[in-house]
Amino acid sequence: MDEFADIELTVNGEKIARRVEARQHLVDFLRIELGLTGSHLGCEHGVCGACTVRVDGSIVRGCLMLAIQANGADVWTIEGVSDSGEIEDLQEAFIARNALQCGYCTPGMLLTAAEMLEAGRKMTRAEIREFLSGNYCRCTGYHAIVDAVETTMESRFGG
Amino acid sequence: MADAGGAVGRPLPRSGARRLAFGRGKYADDLRFPGLLHLAFVRSPYAHARILDIDPAPALAAVPNARVLTGAEIAEVCKPWQGTMDHLPTMVSPPQHAVAVDRVVWQGEPVAAVVAASRAEAEDAAGEVAVEWEPLPAAAVRDRTLDEDAALVHPELGSNLCFSTTIGTGGSETALAEAAHVVEGRFSFSRHSGIPLEMRTVIADYDPGEGTLTVHGSHQSPWHQQDTLSRHLGIPEHLVRVVAPDIGGGFGIKLHIYGDEIAVSAVSRILGRPVKYVVDRMEAFVSDVHARDQAVSARLGVDGDGRIRGLSVDALTSLGAYGSLGRPPISEGMMTIMMAAGAYANAHYDAGLRVAFQNKPPSGMYRAVGQPIACAVAEQLLDWAADAAGIDPVELRRRNYWSDDDYPLRTPGGLAINRLSPGRCLDKLVGMMDYDGLRAEQAELRTTGIHRGIGVATFLEMTSVGPAYYGPSGAHISTQDGATVRLEPSGAVRCVTSVIELGQGTHAALAQIAADRLGVAASDVGVVGGDTSTTPYGGGAWASRGLTIGGEAVWRAADGLRANILELASSILQADPADLDLAGGAVCDRLSREPRMALSEIGRIGHFRHDTLPPGVQPELAVTRHYVPDAAPFALANGVQGSSLEVDVETGEIRLLDHWVVEDCGRIVNPLLVEEQIRGGVVQGIGGALFEECRYDEDGQMLNASFVDYLVPMAAGLPDIHVGHVETPIAETALGTKGAGEAGTVGAPAAIMLAVNDALRPLGAQVTSLPITPESILEAIAAARAG
Repeated sequence: MDEFADIELTVNGEKIARRVEARQHLVDFLRIELGLTGSHLGCEHGVCGACTVRVDGSIVRGCLMLAIQANGADVWTIEGVSDSGEIEDLQEAFIARNALQCGYCTPGMLLTAAEMLEAGRKMTRAEIREFLSGNYCRCTGYHAIVDAVETTMESRFGG
Repeated sequence: MADAGGAVGRPLPRSGARRLAFGRGKYADDLRFPGLLHLAFVRSPYAHARILDIDPAPALAAVPNARVLTGAEIAEVCKPWQGTMDHLPTMVSPPQHAVAVDRVVWQGEPVAAVVAASRAEAEDAAGEVAVEWEPLPAAAVRDRTLDEDAALVHPELGSNLCFSTTIGTGGSETALAEAAHVVEGRFSFSRHSGIPLEMRTVIADYDPGEGTLTVHGSHQSPWHQQDTLSRHLGIPEHLVRVVAPDIGGGFGIKLHIYGDEIAVSAVSRILGRPVKYVVDRMEAFVSDVHARDQAVSARLGVDGDGRIRGLSVDALTSLGAYGSLGRPPISEGMMTIMMAAGAYANAHYDAGLRVAFQNKPPSGMYRAVGQPIACAVAEQLLDWAADAAGIDPVELRRRNYWSDDDYPLRTPGGLAINRLSPGRCLDKLVGMMDYDGLRAEQAELRTTGIHRGIGVATFLEMTSVGPAYYGPSGAHISTQDGATVRLEPSGAVRCVTSVIELGQGTHAALAQIAADRLGVAASDVGVVGGDTSTTPYGGGAWASRGLTIGGEAVWRAADGLRANILELASSILQADPADLDLAGGAVCDRLSREPRMALSEIGRIGHFRHDTLPPGVQPELAVTRHYVPDAAPFALANGVQGSSLEVDVETGEIRLLDHWVVEDCGRIVNPLLVEEQIRGGVVQGIGGALFEECRYDEDGQMLNASFVDYLVPMAAGLPDIHVGHVETPIAETALGTKGAGEAGTVGAPAAIMLAVNDALRPLGAQVTSLPITPESILEAIAAARAG
């Protein structure tokens, strides 16, 4: 309980140095210590995907990774990718298609979809559904989310 | 300002979505409070036990600054409540404490609150609180809770029976005896819950100096919270303020009064500090209200040409240990027996209901309350009757719908219906799904050993429930909603509503309504709500009421503001108000449509240049109106759903191929929002049909209280969902809407079950227990083969 460690990492392009509790997971660190509340907790056992963040270029379950494990890492959250504009087309497609309702799963869903877009090709709806299956949404029934991802792929990579 | 061009009816993206899509949502756990303490609960590991002793010493040794408060200590500042209803004198429900005192009656019931400087420390301390238990026998098997030898959840009641009733016309037995074909079944619907992704969250801040209590919480009905906190903590109501920030889904689960949530305010009151509690996922499974959990036996008789002769239904609803304050726990069962086969002409109906307590988490309302059960039972019986009579199931339904000449009518189940459109919905659905083509394809594939199934289910959706139900119950729950609409100096419009937004998009639709009444663009209307200290009093978000009740209030408030604007303009322009109108962000000439004065000019003069107005002119640029839905007890929406799926008879796996919905929610304010409500509702219905179940052992231990073990629908394996509309505006309101939030959930389980059984029919196997699993399909096939 009293174990602490010093970590240095990059969060949304900004260098951060903090002393953290060894048991604190990455999303609690981001939310509580850095005030980056766009990443959410839906289960804290690695199933629902609401806590999805990008670490060293790949999406991870932020609730299954300790903050100290992110020492030296390059971490991106919904706040960072929103500010950089890298998924603005995807976000606009979500808004236009009403692919979010309560919005709680949306940051994780967007980061997962962003990783799909990095494959650089249009996927089938079944492939999109498969890829998104690690992110729970209780509101939309997923159809509109699949539409929004598909639309973004079409505009980026052609129909 | 842009010309409005009529915002109502257009699929406008909602403005509130942008913030959420950019990670700028502010949910309750995102808010920051100076001096905040964190709370964790010690919860019962037993379904039924006596609390012999609670020793906080080990907790305080582990976390010296922690504070442990037992149920008895919390009870000193918080009175217990009782989930009884004034209009149901035979319904029993014992008093419930916020935190258990002396005895626990479900696994997960809170027994002590532990407060510390961080959540982690609060949990550290909670884990060390030493509780001495005397385990007691539990009533935890649904179909045995009313047996003579069943353990009693509340021994002082002498029985586990909460309520029983019978309804109907009488005569069903005779009618069934005379019917050409009688079909019957026993159905089971699993216990499950709404599982909003954001868990219940509350931050209570009692200020001992002012005597005020401010609560921020993820809640669908902050007014009900305010009333309960005031009355049970003894704080004058004007000193209690409840704020609902962004809410991460609710589905009914967050409209209830929870002991753990009320306890947070009690603890804040005791300590005089802000206190936060966030339910974690494991706790959510054993503390959020559970729903459904019903067994139904039913018989249907039809004559030779498939017309309904009689129907009898017997339902047993299993509650948890308590009902909820102000929300009748019998609703699940009552909706089942009132609404079964309500869209069909039938003269002979009898139904019985028993509602029993169990040692499980309290029961409450989850999206579509009871109606998925009513729909699934009646529609499956109709499919079987069609098969028995040798009539296509779609044709059988067409023959049995009430005819347009029958309206208005009262169904044998007691539903007052002004008008429905099931026939038109069915015609449209059959076209959308190419029903005949699917049947032909099904027949062809069966010759190759592929088992496709088609299900077509008619549903009714009771929405916007009004004072006729809640008033006589004595519940302090308001069935009206209110709105203030205000012209800002710039000519923009602000709307303050009692309607709670939790993702449905209601606030965006309210902006569309106000925009049209005031001749501005929807983007020029800002909508806020969710603060009991500043918004008009209302109901919140439940029973698909947002637009039908809250939207009508906005319509009326905007009309009031419109009249005031025109009156002010008439004094400035020296014109007759009757010759003026509002359009394109300006006061215009009613006939020529020529703009006479921009709303920004009205705003500027009305707010800042009173010196230029004639003496005696008092601009009133804000208007508040409330709307009580008094013309009908509820707004009844209707529709039809279709499912196409394939069953692998070797593995029992179901592949969902397609899903269609045609619904009639009256006038549609924003089809983009309605369609996503429908799709989301369908998928929650699919969850109930195929995945979701709180599994319990005989001792009342929940066996799958995590997302690893409790399945919810995921993106893979779900079909696309095609939505069509029939619009029959209701006559009772100017707006003409009915609710749409629950339609998907009402009809989907029926459509899925019917399709599965349609696929299994050649094998002589049928499944009537939800969720339908590969195992249950294989068991049904094996049983059919064994003969």
